[in-house]
Amino acid sequence: MPQIRFRLNGTETAVDADPERSLLDILRSELGLTGPHFGCGAGECGTCNVIVGNRAVNSCDMPLWSAEGKDITTLEGLGSAERPHPLQRAFIAEQAMQCGYCISGILMSAAALLRQNPSPSADEVKAALDRNLCRCGSHNRIVRAVLRAAREMSAG
Amino acid sequence: MNTPSPPRLPVSLAANPRLSSWLKISADGYVAVSPGKVEIGQGIITALAQIAADELDVDISRVRMQRASTASSPNEGVTSGSLSIQQSGRALRHVCAEVRRIFLAKASDRLGTKIDMLDIQDGTIKGPGNVTTSYWELAEEISLDRDASGDTTAKPVARRSLVGRSVERIDIPGKVFAQPRFIQDCAPPGTLHGRVLRPEISGAKLGELKQDSAYAVAGIVAIVRDGGFAGVICETEHAADAALKALHGGATWVGGEPLPVESDLASFLKSQPADLTVIDTRGGAAYPAISRTIRRQFSRPYIAHASIAPSCALARWDGGRIHVWTHSQAIYLQRIDLARVLGLPVEDITVEHMEGAGCYGHNGADDVALDAVLLARATQGRAVRVQWSRADEMTHAPFGAAMLVEIAADLDARGEVVGWRHSIWGNGHTSRPDGLEPPKLLAATELKEAFPRLAAGNQRQPSGGADRNSVPLYDFPSWQVEFHRLLAMPIRTSALRSLGGQCNVFAIESIIDEIACEHSEDPAAFRLRHLRDGRARAVIEAATKRATWKSERQPGIGHGLGFARYKNTGAYCAVVAEVEAIGEVRVKKLTLAADVGEAINPDGVRNQLEGGAIQATSWALKEQVRFDRQRITSTGWSSYPIIRFSEIPDIDIVLIPRPDQEPLGAGEAALGPVTAAIGNAVFDALGVRIRDLPITRERLVDLLENAS
Ligand code: FES
Ligand code: FES
Repeated sequence: MPQIRFRLNGTETAVDADPERSLLDILRSELGLTGPHFGCGAGECGTCNVIVGNRAVNSCDMPLWSAEGKDITTLEGLGSAERPHPLQRAFIAEQAMQCGYCISGILMSAAALLRQNPSPSADEVKAALDRNLCRCGSHNRIVRAVLRAAREMSAG
Repeated sequence: MNTPSPPRLPVSLAANPRLSSWLKISADGYVAVSPGKVEIGQGIITALAQIAADELDVDISRVRMQRASTASSPNEGVTSGSLSIQQSGRALRHVCAEVRRIFLAKASDRLGTKIDMLDIQDGTIKGPGNVTTSYWELAEEISLDRDASGDTTAKPVARRSLVGRSVERIDIPGKVFAQPRFIQDCAPPGTLHGRVLRPEISGAKLGELKQDSAYAVAGIVAIVRDGGFAGVICETEHAADAALKALHGGATWVGGEPLPVESDLASFLKSQPADLTVIDTRGGAAYPAISRTIRRQFSRPYIAHASIAPSCALARWDGGRIHVWTHSQAIYLQRIDLARVLGLPVEDITVEHMEGAGCYGHNGADDVALDAVLLARATQGRAVRVQWSRADEMTHAPFGAAMLVEIAADLDARGEVVGWRHSIWGNGHTSRPDGLEPPKLLAATELKEAFPRLAAGNQRQPSGGADRNSVPLYDFPSWQVEFHRLLAMPIRTSALRSLGGQCNVFAIESIIDEIACEHSEDPAAFRLRHLRDGRARAVIEAATKRATWKSERQPGIGHGLGFARYKNTGAYCAVVAEVEAIGEVRVKKLTLAADVGEAINPDGVRNQLEGGAIQATSWALKEQVRFDRQRITSTGWSSYPIIRFSEIPDIDIVLIPRPDQEPLGAGEAALGPVTAAIGNAVFDALGVRIRDLPITRERLVDLLENAS
């Protein structure tokens, strides 16, 4: 089987696996990550979102071969308890979840948005998150948290 | 009616009086708390930690919340019905108060100081002249293996310092830092992966099953078949998906049960054999002064729990002992059902809770646990993790029941309500494992020695199931409320957030609004005139004041009011909805006023109310389970759309402070009032009454065309 190479959370990574398998499956079962979640496996909910290059994408919908040479960030690479990303701090500050299962995908969509648009309006945040579903109804808190992170980041 | 005097011990504590089953104090400086209720995204473990820390006078960081397990936790039945704070919270407060006193008594011996001269700060017990000891020092000398006496009183409200504060939830950091907490993220090394074969045709039975192509999949470990139950076990999830696909290709299905006609649910619900129960009556029969009767029919479709994560479980057999990890809301009851299906004593089974995604009622959590147990039997010693597919979750998990509600309101010559009949048709709302025969788990109905599937049962008043919130809260002089529980159940139904409360409140509040509007009376004033309960009046007044009710009219914009006291005994909630109805209905803003008694964690309460309000908006505008005569056709998010970020209303919440009142759950209080408020706001905007949910564009166009 061909080896697929990519950068994962800043680390060069090589995977020997069927290149048709989804990136989500590889991240979770071969690489042991639990940040990206399985929700639908059909590109319809966003719980599996990761950042590829500068864009948030559904990793369940992305075959492994298409990751070749890409720079991939998962929630594990966003920040840590010791060095949290402003979004992670903001989601805690706003208590922006109920069950939290959707949150890893939403954090990745939000992080991609802030890379492209450091000071989005509330409507821009909603538009950027429109393909992420949250069944618990935590939406308004999530939007507030993204705006808070944006403010914090632009304040430096 | 006589109210029985309250039991000396809170219900959960009376059932589990042993103090050590709730609480352990460790010499290492922490307190382990074991509630029987489980976290389902409602923040319960944080609220309980607050109660424990407060009552014991320790810093909350010393409180370690244990996952519920049948091996060690108190049996608190089901985590449902917004009762966790009422039941678990009260019990825990009692336990902590008593443990605190036990430690103080010991400390007073040790220090030679009177108990009431002692004070506790973060677990350190101090007396006059700076003599000290601590919980941690005394821990090994005190056994909590004794029963609660119930004669200790908890601290008065004024002396509680953590309760009533918006403490940050203790589960949230792990969730933003990708530390696995969810059962879906749990697969210890050596875990195998299972998938179960289920029919697309509703009620079809598995016939011939060719297994060779599934056996040809790399990584296959076993195929299990027992009657109509079949599944694969593989080394990886990827292989399990492939093997299941292959197995599907080799399966022949026999028979099936026809489903109702989706577009004519009303006829279906009314034509089925049913059990009739009179839920409540008041006043005399015929009122002489009736000048006319308004009859209206309301309906809601089947609604999916549609948890964002598919249901998942792990199971392992070691000889005769079984260990199950589950996101069930009722670990002890699940254990009884598992034992019945397997023909084993409950003592051989340990059921341990792990968090799943929000479930909003009885979804596939219990079913998938039996799936995992049945597969793991074939792989003795190795755990099997089973995760349903999205389609399984949308089609095989139980649904919230479709309902038809008819209300006939008798009015006198002045337009006052003098009689009221509320009739409900639909399935019951409870198919949870309940400890009774037969077991309620899906696979139990598929095995060779199959258990029958009963039509869903119904919780009795005062909480009620289909009839929840059907008894009017308004002081009408007479009424009769009845429920026709269907005895057939072609579509499996069980508890979904608020049960029948959403549709009953929608119906009652819609017709109230109609009666008020017909007489040009302000709908808020009409309600206030018919409510004696001051707490009910207060939420209506607060919501209308905050929302600047009856502000100036704008074209295309409507405002509507909805009110209920959840279950007629729980939290009070009034809602003003602002909708924009131009082509499509958009809910712009929801203003809620709620009284949940003592709010243990006010931000947690708001979070629950917000979540309920948003989910209700989604149900009201978008959600319905789709099916043809053979199968459920809403198998994923595109065929079962839910509300998205761009459609979310602004939400403003007024919490009425009631620190002296019993705490009441908040998670389900908003569903009915929000639905009703949206319906009434649509009328305010467009002049047509929509009585069938969801409020879709097609329905509105039909109504508007018929009106003109
Ligand atoms: S799991 Fe990838 S979009 Fe749903
Ligand atoms: S917080 Fe539960 S799905 Fe979003």
